[in-house]
Amino acid sequence: MHNKSITELAAGLRAGEYSSVELTQYFLDRIQRLDGGLNSFVTVCSDEALSAAQAADQQLKSGGAGPLAGIPIAHKDIFCTEGIRTTCGSKMLESFISPYDATVVTRLKAAGVVNLGKTNMDEFAMGSSNETSYYGAVRNPWDTETVPGGSSGGSAACVAARLAPVATGTDTGGSIRQPAALCGITGLKPTYGRVSRYGMIAFASSLDQAGPMTTSAEDAAIMLQAMAGFDQRDSTSADQPVPDYSAGLEDDLTGLKIGLPKEYFGEGLDADVAKSVEEAIAEYKKLGAEVVEISLPNTHLAVPTYYVVAPAECSSNLSRFDGVRYGHRCEDPKDLEDLYKRSRAEGFGDEVKRRILIGTYALSAGYYDAYYLKAQQVRHLISDDFKRAFEQVDVIMGPTAPDTGFRIGEKANDPVSMYLSDIYTIAVNLAGLPGISIPVAPAAGKPTGLQIIGNYFAEAKLLNVAHRLQMATDYHKAAPANIE
Amino acid sequence: MSLDHADVKKIAHLARLDVNDEKMVSIAEDLSNILDLVEQLSAVDTEGVVPMAHPLHMAQRLRSDEVTEADRRETFQSIAPQTETGLYLVPKVIE
Repeated sequence: MHNKSITELAAGLRAGEYSSVELTQYFLDRIQRLDGGLNSFVTVCSDEALSAAQAADQQLKSGGAGPLAGIPIAHKDIFCTEGIRTTCGSKMLESFISPYDATVVTRLKAAGVVNLGKTNMDEFAMGSSNETSYYGAVRNPWDTETVPGGSSGGSAACVAARLAPVATGTDTGGSIRQPAALCGITGLKPTYGRVSRYGMIAFASSLDQAGPMTTSAEDAAIMLQAMAGFDQRDSTSADQPVPDYSAGLEDDLTGLKIGLPKEYFGEGLDADVAKSVEEAIAEYKKLGAEVVEISLPNTHLAVPTYYVVAPAECSSNLSRFDGVRYGHRCEDPKDLEDLYKRSRAEGFGDEVKRRILIGTYALSAGYYDAYYLKAQQVRHLISDDFKRAFEQVDVIMGPTAPDTGFRIGEKANDPVSMYLSDIYTIAVNLAGLPGISIPVAPAAGKPTGLQIIGNYFAEAKLLNVAHRLQMATDYHKAAPANIE
Repeated sequence: MSLDHADVKKIAHLARLDVNDEKMVSIAEDLSNILDLVEQLSAVDTEGVVPMAHPLHMAQRLRSDEVTEADRRETFQSIAPQTETGLYLVPKVIE
């Protein structure tokens, strides 16, 4: 049951093999039995899930229900859910219950999904290992001594362990794609603006984007269909038509031009990961694709640019947590300044504080031009690299992450080395492009991912390219052996 | 680029974050390491390059200035740490 795709589960629901209530109970039981060793959920909402499942069963009986009706899913704990706690992985929001739903949540509810609970994540989505969560590290179901990646580590781990068929995630610098790679699942970051950011707790507003985390591209297409679209409540939402993401999944790839950036296969890339990625590319050649070497000459500037832009936007966004309107408030403040300073010092963890401080510095008088303005200029150069590349090729491929899942604690005390985990994913956010990570052959026995980058709003093409590999190979069907 | 205690104290004040004196050394070191990473940017020639504010170069959408949301003050204030008669309470700021 837990290895079934959304399409298979939807067919089972319609054939009366099981009800949504039974399906929901099945996954709730798995969470109860298996999540103790993984910590992929912060909050499980059994009662709400079962009553949503009852409603879905009614909807299924009366006909006209869509492909997601009655399907259990999990939401990253960054999406506001009315009546259900939303922590964003932080002590700051330990008892925060949102008075409204995020648009992503509203849309998926309208599609009839059943929310099993909220998944663990790096605090305020700041991290690449899920170790910065106030609610404890998430363990990678493939090897519980290693990290699942981050920041959507809980979503990645719960889908990999089949505790939920699909989950939502968010990606600011790789937070959907890198954990997808490390956990052996499929993760799609859409074009900036494709999915509404309303009700998604903001980290870096010019980079944040929500997307699906699934076991296959086929499921990702169904999820994106429900999530995508214009939203007047998000001022940067893209007013663009939403195509049918499932229609072209099986399109032939003959003549597809794949660009391989030489900068993505150089120093710093683990040899086993390189081998797995090359094997997948060889598979694409068999499917009729053509491979072209390209150059993205400013690749080495992506991480430094990101660590100015993202902290700057984070310092501004997180100024809203002041102990006044919601969130943690310190005991007995002696004055207003003490209230702000202590509430924030007590509510935020070390990595969040580091980024707030760096961002504050980069935006402060006398340094703004040297840091923020300069970074926004370099960001333009990075974006232009991709623009030139897409005049030559249809998609760009490379590794999602330079390494497989590292040991818990291994990089926890070295922020800069942690930042380099996102070396291949960050530029995609800076440019606002869509990217997908799909599992390929394990690298020395551990899950690893192939990243496919597309042009603006080319999600359908990415899903098609990903799906064709998943039709030809079984990499995406592998599940952790110790989780039954 | 390296930051000292006084720099960190000043930045922490601007960010309204209380920083523990014991942690000052490690924070100054971490921040300096991040600034070293970022330092590479200063060598890039960006003469005449327009700063990129939006990935899709879209203009900010405007709407007419009309009330479109229902009044939900009570709901919003129900999650606040301290309120009284519809107001958020903070320590006294004016003597």
